Amino acid sequence: MKTTNYEQIQETLYSKKLENGLEVYLLPKREMAKTFAVFTTEYGSIDQTFTPLGKDEQVTVPEGIAHFLEHKLFEKEDRDVFQDFSKQGASPNAFTSFTSTAYLFSATSQISENVQTLLDFVQNPYFSDESVEKEKGIIAQEIRMYDDQPDWRSFFGTIQSLFEEHPVKIDIAGTVDSIQDITKEDLYTCYETFYHPSNMTFFLAGNFDPETMMKQIEDNQNSKSFAPPEDIKRSYPSEPTEVANKHKVIEMPVSVSKCLVGVKEDTSSLTKDTFLQTDMIKSMVLDHFFSKSGEYFEKLYKEDLVDDSFSFETHLHKTFGFTILGGNTREPEQFQKRVKEMLHELKERDLTDEEFERMKKKRIGQFLRSMNSLEFIATTFVQYRHLGIDLFQVLPEIEKLTKQDVMNHIQNWISEDRIAVCEVRPSEA
Amino acid sequence: MSTIEEHVFKQEGYHLHMIPTKKYKTNTISVKLKSPLNREVITKRALLPYVLQQATSNYPSARSFRTALDSLYGAVLSVDSSKKGEDHVMTFRMELPNDEMLSGDESLLKQGLALINEIIFHPKVEGEALDKAIVNREKQTLTQKIKSLKDDKMSYANTRLIDEMCKEESYRFHVHGYEEDLNDITAENLYEYYQDMLSNDDMDVYVQGNLDPNEVQQIVQGTIKRQSAPNRSENKTTQQDAPSEVKEIVERQNIQQGKLHLGYRTSIRYGDKDYYALQVFNGIFGGFPSSKLFMNVREKHSLAYYAASRFESHKGLLLVFSGIDPNDYEQAKDIIEKQMDAMKAGEFSEEDVQETKQLVVNQLRETMDNQHGLIELMYHQVLSGSKVTPNEIIENVERVTHEDVLQVAKKVALDTVYFLTKEEGGNE
Repeated sequence: MKTTNYEQIQETLYSKKLENGLEVYLLPKREMAKTFAVFTTEYGSIDQTFTPLGKDEQVTVPEGIAHFLEHKLFEKEDRDVFQDFSKQGASPNAFTSFTSTAYLFSATSQISENVQTLLDFVQNPYFSDESVEKEKGIIAQEIRMYDDQPDWRSFFGTIQSLFEEHPVKIDIAGTVDSIQDITKEDLYTCYETFYHPSNMTFFLAGNFDPETMMKQIEDNQNSKSFAPPEDIKRSYPSEPTEVANKHKVIEMPVSVSKCLVGVKEDTSSLTKDTFLQTDMIKSMVLDHFFSKSGEYFEKLYKEDLVDDSFSFETHLHKTFGFTILGGNTREPEQFQKRVKEMLHELKERDLTDEEFERMKKKRIGQFLRSMNSLEFIATTFVQYRHLGIDLFQVLPEIEKLTKQDVMNHIQNWISEDRIAVCEVRPSEA
Repeated sequence: MSTIEEHVFKQEGYHLHMIPTKKYKTNTISVKLKSPLNREVITKRALLPYVLQQATSNYPSARSFRTALDSLYGAVLSVDSSKKGEDHVMTFRMELPNDEMLSGDESLLKQGLALINEIIFHPKVEGEALDKAIVNREKQTLTQKIKSLKDDKMSYANTRLIDEMCKEESYRFHVHGYEEDLNDITAENLYEYYQDMLSNDDMDVYVQGNLDPNEVQQIVQGTIKRQSAPNRSENKTTQQDAPSEVKEIVERQNIQQGKLHLGYRTSIRYGDKDYYALQVFNGIFGGFPSSKLFMNVREKHSLAYYAASRFESHKGLLLVFSGIDPNDYEQAKDIIEKQMDAMKAGEFSEEDVQETKQLVVNQLRETMDNQHGLIELMYHQVLSGSKVTPNEIIENVERVTHEDVLQVAKKVALDTVYFLTKEEGGNE
């Protein structure tokens, strides 16, 4: 078992790669009552086309299947796993993102039993025709719920405008139609391919003893047999540089219009070593200009174009990346015009040393704040791990950052052909 | 189990609650101003947090104020309004790194307190009025906020249920105010109300972190100075019985998913002896994924993605909410009512009670691990005037019996069923 001390943030991380390929990370925090566990596979909604384990030919599975599988793993032949956790005083959950599926629980007692339950239920699938059919009704209501949410519709609408081919444009839950095609056999195919321990990570943070816990997890894994690990062959279509659709309008029965401006990020030249810096710079620059202390936010506010709902985010992954800014607005036309002007203007901007120092201080504070949350630490650590980044190295990376790094980045960031806009407008009654 | 330490200091015009803890890398400050819900002033109270954040006497713009926060290692400040029983609570929250985590002597807590004090007590004033331009601009912000709440259908359905259910009670007042009131609000009358609030609201200051209580008391006393000292007001939240006939409201909009919300009366509040059994009752009925609502509405009948219940600690309400296909109204309502009937008939096992107690305790302990969560739990004591600490809640929950839960079930009475559904003849 490897022990890593991070002195500055006063944390110790224990880790081990097990024989079957599973990576285990343990972060004891004895002052907390709570323990949080997350068991993650690097398999998400974008993994639509791949070569199944032990096969030669590539297949394309129905949209929304990773999320469907996430739902179905909780159901076993004789019971629902929610009940097992409940009996042990734990609160379980799961989520599917573009690139991963995570199963988790939080608990303040019976940690060892709950860890066992988490490992075992994820590694023992049971899918039947009947239960697959039953789940379609539940997921259809989940999709309908999102259909009525203007925030979600505008967010996804922007992604769909940005990407022409890449499966990131597929709604994570699929559509009410696409999920009808999912079969028990499809689920097993995806499961066998993507839930091999060598494609998975187990992270536990909270109140437990690391030695005993590592032994328990290792014993549990040694008692199970898995096929030898293979490299997973995933296929993503080639995506043009420019956006798919420069302007999209969604009509919905809303009383307030929304407008989002999206930037399709170029991830082709990112490496393990440049990823974290690029990600940090983008979010620090957006924050500097568009948060409530930012010059651009102040302008948009004074021009009556934004309200409190205005927000921005950047997502960078291995095969795709995007930045989205926006929120409620009274004048979508003017809003998008101004935000685009501001984004283009970035390359001519300079930062004073004082501004740069404040950006760094703010980022350090944000990082320390996020370290209060076991959920954040565990899920972000794993997400970064998939990209080859160590979450606990963020602090030294921020400190290392120079003004020149930031300037170099913003000079080459924005180009017109990579910008798309999505509006949600009130539908005619 | 670690116990929560709370040091309460009676200051001039407010109570300071200091909670020392070593759990976090940051310190938290929370200032709460409380006043009974009142239709006459609720929109003003909803508007004030927006206005106060825009400028102060020393910081002429929101940007200059926010820049000062950024310099304190990105201290986060938020202001919000909430409804607790029939009280309106305005909360100013700040979170900033613990000096220990940073190199050099930063005395961040002191600087943070000074900023929070600035925003509450020193707004930008012109004569006997708040800044006119700011007030006008923020009226627009609030208008947009009120409108956009209607676009969030779960929130909208919940608001409408309370509108109908609590027609005669001040609990119905909307915490974000009313669009129609905004016309009559001016920079002058808002300033007048602001001063009224400063003189008459109950004020509580919470500070949490790896800090020494007496040092904190010295710093807070030197920073937050309030002239007036109102006597702490009694909790006046009213109680009403469910009507003899259940109210049923159906409303139509152009939407995909129907929202079925049910309002029950429990008449059980924080500090009551049944409050602990109510938590267990809610857990078995609809509070967890192992509950009757989740298992029956979702897992057994595939009618919903979510179907759950929660209780209001100070008004004595239990609310059920679910998102269903518009065509499944009768069936879903019937299943939900059957689950309640089962509770009343005692159709839950001793094992269910034991398991749910564990889940409730787990949830409470998790909330106590969260800085803001713990402060909210502690503040229940102020709201209810009952000195039951979070640790005592846990002990009391652990003592709940099957019979206690059954007694609670018998008190729960359905008041109103609200259904938001698609338009007739609309598309499927």
